[in-house]
Amino acid sequence: MAERERDEVTGTETTGHEWDGIKELDTPLPRWWLWTFYLTIIWGIGYTLAYPAWPLIETNTKGFLGTTNRMELQAEMKAVQQARAEKLAQLEKLSLEEIKKNDDLFQFANRMGGTTFKLHCVQCHQAGGQGAYGYPNLADDDWLWGGTLEAIHYTITHGVRYNPETNEETRTSDMPAFGKDQILEPAQIDAVVEYVLKLSGQEHDAKKAEAGQKVYMEDAGCNGCHGDKGEGIPDVGGPRLNDQIWLYDGSREAIKAQVNNPKHGVMPAWKGKLDKATIKALTIYVHSLGGGVGS
Amino acid sequence: MSLTMRWLQMGLLGLGAVLALFMAANAKDGLYEFHAWVFFAAAVLALFFMARNTMSGSYLQEKETEYMDKVVKYGIVATVFWGVVGFTVGVYVASELAFPWLNLDFPLTNFGRLRPVHTSAVIFAFGGNALIATSFFVVQRTNRARLAFGNLAWFVFWGYQLFIVLAATSYVLGGSQSREYAEPEWYIDVWLTIVWVAYFLVFFGTLVKRNVSHIYVANWFYLSFIVTIAMLHIGNNLALPVSFFGSKSYALLSGAPDAITQWWYGHNAVGFFLTAGFLGMMYYFIPKQAERPVYSYRLSIVHFWALIFTYIWAGPHHLHYTALPDWVQTLGMVMSVILWMPSWGGMINGLMTLSGAWDKLRTDPILRMMVIAVAFYGMSTFEGPMMAIKSVNALSHYTDWTVGHVHSGALGWVGMITMGSLYFLFARLFSANGRLYSYRLVSWHFWLATLGIVLYAASMWVSGIMQGLMWREYDDQGFLVYSFVETVEAMHPYYVIRALGGLLYLTGGLIMAYNFYMTAKGRVRAAEAELAPARAQA
Repeated sequence: MAERERDEVTGTETTGHEWDGIKELDTPLPRWWLWTFYLTIIWGIGYTLAYPAWPLIETNTKGFLGTTNRMELQAEMKAVQQARAEKLAQLEKLSLEEIKKNDDLFQFANRMGGTTFKLHCVQCHQAGGQGAYGYPNLADDDWLWGGTLEAIHYTITHGVRYNPETNEETRTSDMPAFGKDQILEPAQIDAVVEYVLKLSGQEHDAKKAEAGQKVYMEDAGCNGCHGDKGEGIPDVGGPRLNDQIWLYDGSREAIKAQVNNPKHGVMPAWKGKLDKATIKALTIYVHSLGGGVGS
Repeated sequence: MSLTMRWLQMGLLGLGAVLALFMAANAKDGLYEFHAWVFFAAAVLALFFMARNTMSGSYLQEKETEYMDKVVKYGIVATVFWGVVGFTVGVYVASELAFPWLNLDFPLTNFGRLRPVHTSAVIFAFGGNALIATSFFVVQRTNRARLAFGNLAWFVFWGYQLFIVLAATSYVLGGSQSREYAEPEWYIDVWLTIVWVAYFLVFFGTLVKRNVSHIYVANWFYLSFIVTIAMLHIGNNLALPVSFFGSKSYALLSGAPDAITQWWYGHNAVGFFLTAGFLGMMYYFIPKQAERPVYSYRLSIVHFWALIFTYIWAGPHHLHYTALPDWVQTLGMVMSVILWMPSWGGMINGLMTLSGAWDKLRTDPILRMMVIAVAFYGMSTFEGPMMAIKSVNALSHYTDWTVGHVHSGALGWVGMITMGSLYFLFARLFSANGRLYSYRLVSWHFWLATLGIVLYAASMWVSGIMQGLMWREYDDQGFLVYSFVETVEAMHPYYVIRALGGLLYLTGGLIMAYNFYMTAKGRVRAAEAELAPARAQA
């Protein structure tokens, strides 16, 4: 073993060991390091006395504060629930119209509905309710199933085409697959597509559109659901065709695809998943997004 | 080594090949069959090379009196290679988070499959090879003994590469047991166990036959890493295969006990793989590069034992406010905070070793790299205990802050200390004149990497804390203000900055690879030929 020697730079002695040219100084433990270490240990002991910490044979030490994660959470949740209790009771009791007229309650419902919307609805209808391809925009005044408070409430409660076998109250509309099921001839489909383009104010073949009007009004009876002027009939879920708002795109190809073999969207029924007050709050929020209509 | 021994080894390899064929023939799923063929190919290749060396007698030239450095050199090349692979995949997955279309709607390139490729490549392939290679170098030098058990070190090296290939191919093909940082399925775990036991034997055997009286501190850290990882790996991977001829398995434990086993492993992979192992590296390469004695022998002993005692308790801080019992959470948090000073002991010893050599930082980019590594080590080992405090964790958990924390440790500490050590080793093992092709390129690497880490860590702090605050933002009526997607949208710019930071770090890695390539070719950059060569002593 090598001799202990004094390091010139630091003035500290080495330990006398040497490995591959590496020596070690015999510097004592830095005081600040040692005392901070002791302090963390003392704090640690204190903390474990205060909170549940040490395992025993069948249980564990409970800590003199007598609290747990769950107890803290329950206390917080209880405080929130108590603060809200009165308003929630009112929400449940009052009609949608009454809620809307009560400023204070309306604010509350709007916030509550907003949070619910951000949790359960944005996945399809997007953060601002603006919708996406196949998912209706809720911030405009074009409603598939009606934009009154009652209509929105009904849609949220029962959903659209949601388990219709067991859920009789769900909103259901089924546009026939005019092409796929060979209800119309290809020429008739081409014609009615041109007519729909005309209804929505787009570029179209005037001659075909004329023939298409007959298909629309008589052969296929499109007006039964979409209205004589393509204005839509929300009571039966017939979408409006005489505007520029489209669920599945308004191009010639997209309209033709929809006549041939229509897509049918589904929305869950929230009854049973959300309580009555929450559904009402959500209704208020969606109604206030921009397109809600009076009753 | 005797010829009989070599025949025995070749017999074992042949047996392995037959077993692999048997596995392939009975395979119940495609992944398992593919891997059986990989095993078979590996065994046949190994058999071929062993037979060739046996016939040519080249193995006879290996002398017991010489250090076994060739396996270290292979390890260095593997470290550089896997480093570049791991950084590249990292940049790609970071870009996927910023621009999701990069997932390409293709299973192989999906974030979910590439992310474990990135984490395993940097931790186990880059970090693991670095640890194995440097530990082989250090244990020989500091004990004045050749690696124990003949060519077993070669089995460790190649066996470990095989493990990496099996793990990586398994992830992209969809095979995973869904345990973080321990995704490989049971048969790959069994293989790693065999390799790891061999690693332990080589390392420990060399310590046993040492020609010095005391064992140097770097070796304590390396040994604690090897032993603890063995224990963690086996404990965490206890699982029941559905069939011995299929890749799927089910974990032995379930629920909270399973979760805490996972994070007992997960956190100690950080503690013993990424901390203790790399501290071993630091304890050798910093004093060597600085040419200064280690600051405090006493501190090295005290912080070593304090560190390994305390670290093993810290895992529960990954499961604060979950189904984990309160008492486990308390102990995890308390031990994490107590861990602060034991961790900093290594930082003090690393930094203070430079007393009397601080001026070298101006001229020596390699030492600069090692010092910034220790600085990042100090920063992340302060940040860690802080984030383990329950009230801080309530904000930071599940956010990008965690990701930033991990990367300031991984890129800053692990990456920088490794690359500094690689430069040290490369100049000594690959270069005839004892110097690198270019020290200016090392400087470039240093600045690119440092800037990359700063961008990465800073963007993730901002993004993570913002994310945490948005998640818990309530309005005056007590309702949550933001939807999840709004937080994702808000984080987008920081994701872009993070990917840029990663790109800078990768660029540094590529410069290093180029520098190594030119050094190995024996070149010296013309403009630098006049500069004094790096310190010649090895």
